[in-house]
Amino acid sequence: MIRSKLYLILFAVLLLFSNLIFASESLIIQGSSTVLPIVQKAAEVYMEKNPDVNISVRGGGSGTGIAALLDNVIDIANSSRFIKDEEVQSALSKGIYPVPHRIAIDGIAVVIHPDNPVDDLSMEEIKKIYTGEITNWKEVGGPDRQIVVISRDSSSGTFEVFEEIVLEGEKVTAGALLQTSNGGVINVVTSTKGAIGYVGLGYLSPALKAVKVNGVSPSKETIISGQFPIARPLFIFTNGWPEGITADFINFILSAEGQKIAEEQGYVPLF
Amino acid sequence: MINWRAKEKIVQIILLLFAFSSIVFLTGIIIVLFKEGLPIFQKVGLIEFIFGKEWYPTYYPPEFGILPLLAGSLLVTVGAMLVAIPIGIFSAIFIAFILPERLKNVVKPVVELLGAIPSVIYGLFGMKILAPFLQDVFGLPIGLTALTAAIILGIMALPTIVSLAEDALSAVPSSYRDASLALGGTRWETISRVILPTATSGIITAIILGIGRVIGDTMTVLMVAGGAAVIPESFLVPVRPMTASIAAEMGETPVGSAHYHALFGIAIVLFLITLLFNIIADLAQESFKKKVTGR
Repeated sequence: MIRSKLYLILFAVLLLFSNLIFASESLIIQGSSTVLPIVQKAAEVYMEKNPDVNISVRGGGSGTGIAALLDNVIDIANSSRFIKDEEVQSALSKGIYPVPHRIAIDGIAVVIHPDNPVDDLSMEEIKKIYTGEITNWKEVGGPDRQIVVISRDSSSGTFEVFEEIVLEGEKVTAGALLQTSNGGVINVVTSTKGAIGYVGLGYLSPALKAVKVNGVSPSKETIISGQFPIARPLFIFTNGWPEGITADFINFILSAEGQKIAEEQGYVPLF
Repeated sequence: MINWRAKEKIVQIILLLFAFSSIVFLTGIIIVLFKEGLPIFQKVGLIEFIFGKEWYPTYYPPEFGILPLLAGSLLVTVGAMLVAIPIGIFSAIFIAFILPERLKNVVKPVVELLGAIPSVIYGLFGMKILAPFLQDVFGLPIGLTALTAAIILGIMALPTIVSLAEDALSAVPSSYRDASLALGGTRWETISRVILPTATSGIITAIILGIGRVIGDTMTVLMVAGGAAVIPESFLVPVRPMTASIAAEMGETPVGSAHYHALFGIAIVLFLITLLFNIIADLAQESFKKKVTGR
């Protein structure tokens, strides 16, 4: 009886100190599912090099990540959009000073079903399709088929960037099908002949046809050069200027090796 | 050693605490729901919130009209009931009166097993098999529609309806049945004129609990309903039920923003609707008990 209790206590103590024994320092990261693949992979490589550091990375969305940073429960928040005014106000009132770090660029490709003969759309045409002014492919040089507009739900970071760059603040037609993820958009576009959608550059595949926008096809080169119009920077936020292990990890992501990881995950590196 | 009286007392207190815990959870949920959701009603007003036709929560200025979402939920629910009620009740009649006892003990558990399948699996089935099929049959631009969701949700509501309706039918005292048959009634006359009327309130309970399952379902509608926030004009267009909106938008919404409160506002509406259905189901259950026990 006493012995088993002793074991139990020993076990509990071990559990308490396991962090100290196996990893002396830890980082908790949370936020955008767009930024997740880069940070996740970077964390794995970083931990291999620094076995005494423990990094845990979670998704959940940009808003969730920033909210967690504001509550001071994480070290780094991933975000596919810049922090909003109301979030900054809320942060300051809590004594948190969010600092943005640009870590990569994400291009947003406009995709259609591979059987659709249309291969070039102007920004104006895309805007009209998404606001519901153009509803048939024949109006943009395609077959006589109804356009099925696929969008991301209005709180996704990808949507916000698309809305800002392409729609310039106008409303997406209420008839648009809202999907909750890049994967969801791909799913509907590949199975629907009349569909149009938009996904991060990392999600392009032969099952989708990426249209040229204003005559420029989406690629790493055209995004870095600024020719491809629908691109956005990806951020991570820290509370105050990063120090110690946080700074070291961010430097790693911004190093040539870290940027190569971002590129391997399908994003566009900063340099 | 403590005596049995004390032991009894201890067990009693522990059980009381456990029984009480669900009330605590429920109260907690209600408090959070209203605390987070009520600010939106102050901001846009209850009427504007429920009957507003535009759901553009992230624009400037934002619009928080949930009528399209409410209409989406209701359409899908009505459709699901059109699928589930006839199939469910006829299955229940068949299981209760026509199927031999031996087979009944196989068929009923199998139907109930249908209810144990996670909704995401129903969603996959709807997305990959039913949606393309309906798209072909009706020549639609897209297969993810209110009808697709209604059919899948109807199937999901079946176990609840069949199982509870069958219980209600079987609970009708056999003396009623014997009396009707002895008076020269045929089997169908007995079922349709004696047993069904007696079991009506029990069957209503079954249907309402089935509705409860349908209206609260999230994963399936998120996957197969399409997700367009328009007031639907037919069954063959994409809709965006309330649950799907909450699930899709909550993850990226800044905590404490008007949009965040609006999502909790939708949750309040949803909660009140299911509460209403549950109260009706309870009342129907009571009246059924009175009827069959004669008290």
